[in-house]
Amino acid sequence: MNELPQQLVNGLLLGSMYGLVAIGYTMVYGIVQLINFAHGEIFMTGAFGALSVYLWVLPNGTTMWIALPLMLVGAILVAVLVAIGAERFAYRPLRGAPRLAPLITAIGLSLALQQAVWAWYPEATSARTFPQIEGGPFHIGDVTIQTGDIFLLAAAPISMAVLAYFVMKTRTGRGMQATAQDPDTAKLMGVNTDRIIVIAFALGAVFAAIGGVAYGLKYGQIDYRMGFILGLKAFTAAVLGGIGNIYGAMIGGVVLGIAETLATAYIADIPGMDKFGSQSWADVWAFVLLILVLLFRPQGLLGERVADRA
Amino acid sequence: MRQRSLIAITAALSAGALTLTACGSRDSDDKGSDSGGTTVTIGIDAPLTGDLSALGLGIKNSVDLAAKTANKQKYVDGITFKVEALDDQAQPSSGQQNATKLVADKSVLGVVGPLNSSVAESMQKVFDDAKLVEVSPANTNPALTQGTDWATTKKRVYTSYFRTATTDAIQGPFAAQYLINDAKKKKVFVIDDKKTYGAGLAGTFTEEFKKLGGTVAGTEHINPDSKDFSAIATKVKNSGADVVYYGGEYPQAGPLSKQIKAAGAKIPVVGGDGIYSADFIKLAGASATGDLATSVGAPVEELASAKEFVANYKTEGYKEAYEAYGGYSYDSAWAIIEAVKKAVDDNDGKLPDDARAKVTAAMQNVSFDGVTGKVSFDEFGDATNKQLTVYAVENGAWKPVKSGTYSG
Repeated sequence: MNELPQQLVNGLLLGSMYGLVAIGYTMVYGIVQLINFAHGEIFMTGAFGALSVYLWVLPNGTTMWIALPLMLVGAILVAVLVAIGAERFAYRPLRGAPRLAPLITAIGLSLALQQAVWAWYPEATSARTFPQIEGGPFHIGDVTIQTGDIFLLAAAPISMAVLAYFVMKTRTGRGMQATAQDPDTAKLMGVNTDRIIVIAFALGAVFAAIGGVAYGLKYGQIDYRMGFILGLKAFTAAVLGGIGNIYGAMIGGVVLGIAETLATAYIADIPGMDKFGSQSWADVWAFVLLILVLLFRPQGLLGERVADRA
Repeated sequence: MRQRSLIAITAALSAGALTLTACGSRDSDDKGSDSGGTTVTIGIDAPLTGDLSALGLGIKNSVDLAAKTANKQKYVDGITFKVEALDDQAQPSSGQQNATKLVADKSVLGVVGPLNSSVAESMQKVFDDAKLVEVSPANTNPALTQGTDWATTKKRVYTSYFRTATTDAIQGPFAAQYLINDAKKKKVFVIDDKKTYGAGLAGTFTEEFKKLGGTVAGTEHINPDSKDFSAIATKVKNSGADVVYYGGEYPQAGPLSKQIKAAGAKIPVVGGDGIYSADFIKLAGASATGDLATSVGAPVEELASAKEFVANYKTEGYKEAYEAYGGYSYDSAWAIIEAVKKAVDDNDGKLPDDARAKVTAAMQNVSFDGVTGKVSFDEFGDATNKQLTVYAVENGAWKPVKSGTYSG
């Protein structure tokens, strides 16, 4: 049987998840030039928000067709609250400070959020099971798709379409573009930049929350450390696509996901490379790819900040 | 502006620090502070938080139970035992820090732990330099007792290190024999997590599996930080293997098993004692039925010697289950208690001045009927009890399938 189509789908799924989280990195960077290293934890708190709704708000045994939308709302609510809180109390006081200060705060915030969930969320010291969608899997030719993955396959493109519409067509979206281009001038033109920055954080959190629910549905479990590695990968995806560029985030995510999957599946088959083909090397190949792209195309695959030119 | 940013940084840092200290204080709750006589501390090092915390907390509670039982029976005259549990989060660096901390506490005369072989590697020398005895209920890497060249020339490296668990040199081949002889499996896909325990287990398994006439359809190494094993699952499905052997622990084995089955390969995943945990079944979901694990010793519930342990454990009302290493942890702690008793008895009922060295020396000749059977140690510090059991997942729980003693 030909394995390639299945492996491409595996990579596409993994990459879509990277992409959803990468949007948050890229939007915040595009507007305030801050790398929000706590963004992976916003993804994590979103997933826990969804689980909380399932455990404590919905009656036992609610079918997923009803539960899932409500869980999404819960995830988004929690993630947005955390993101806005982080912006207000951790980043805004440091605006105008040297670039390094907010970066360190972000790392501290990331650890604090992890530990907070670890300490206060019931039984979160080890992985918690996440509700699953019944039914499936589906077969298309040689390719198998799990029921939980359908959510991810639909969520990623829909999210991108909604985001593109918002940024390009709405008044607030144009305000974001203006602020990204030149915050001071935008302010002089009557754009409330403080509000725009909060919106950028909140929007990033919405997509991270959707990613968090997708993670839970895909792997059937969530834990307080799930955001760390995934956040790093998503950041890499954002850089790969061109940080500041929202389409680049999604493209970068998908390229990264597919690269990792193919490296795991095929590098061992190249003569003399059998030692470097296992999954534990996938991260290495992902970073080799990133370095190559940055060497030959320092602005990333799609280039920086499309918003500038829009 | 500058001042405000300073305030913010300090606030963020102190918030982080506070949550961290809050974590630390959790573990130091239950101190059996009985009055009178000398207090001897039994140190515990295990992952009390993080992925492997289910196993770690089982170890902690079982040692605590041993200390309480000894105090209740006044087993050693004039000595009150208490426990001090430190969290290593399965990290060698934390393990070493904990070892230094335990060595510095003069009342500590023995340590039970750690869970992970890789953590033990970082702790052995620290304990050995202090002549402080360490008894692990769970380390299975042969090199820990028999030196790095154990396959050819066995040589004991640290005289203060003992263990009640059997080694991977036995566990891996035992699984291979079961798969070939009893389960009639011929083609295996071997996966490991590259850590000391996982890679060692996968190595000894593969060797025996091939020797018995089986073939290896493929090998893979996974990244323990990852949760996405879809690429590997697809490879497993296409390899035509009829069984998967995984060298590693349940946080990865659970999702791995789930994803292999989801990819369409309806074949059992087999592992060592590292996946023998209720959490494996929780993580692997309904499709885990038929998955196998070997674990050291006979099933605790079936041994007459263990009935009392199981009953007492229930009476004490511990929140967490004793898990795979409960019996071994109890026996490890009891071995320390026996050694302390010997040292005290030899010194007219008082603790000798060089108590640590005396306890370590006494450990070599300890022999008693423990929860897991006869407990004693050979010239390398390994358990003389070499019994193993194969367990299978059935109706959402581990069920013993076959117990036996490994014969090379």
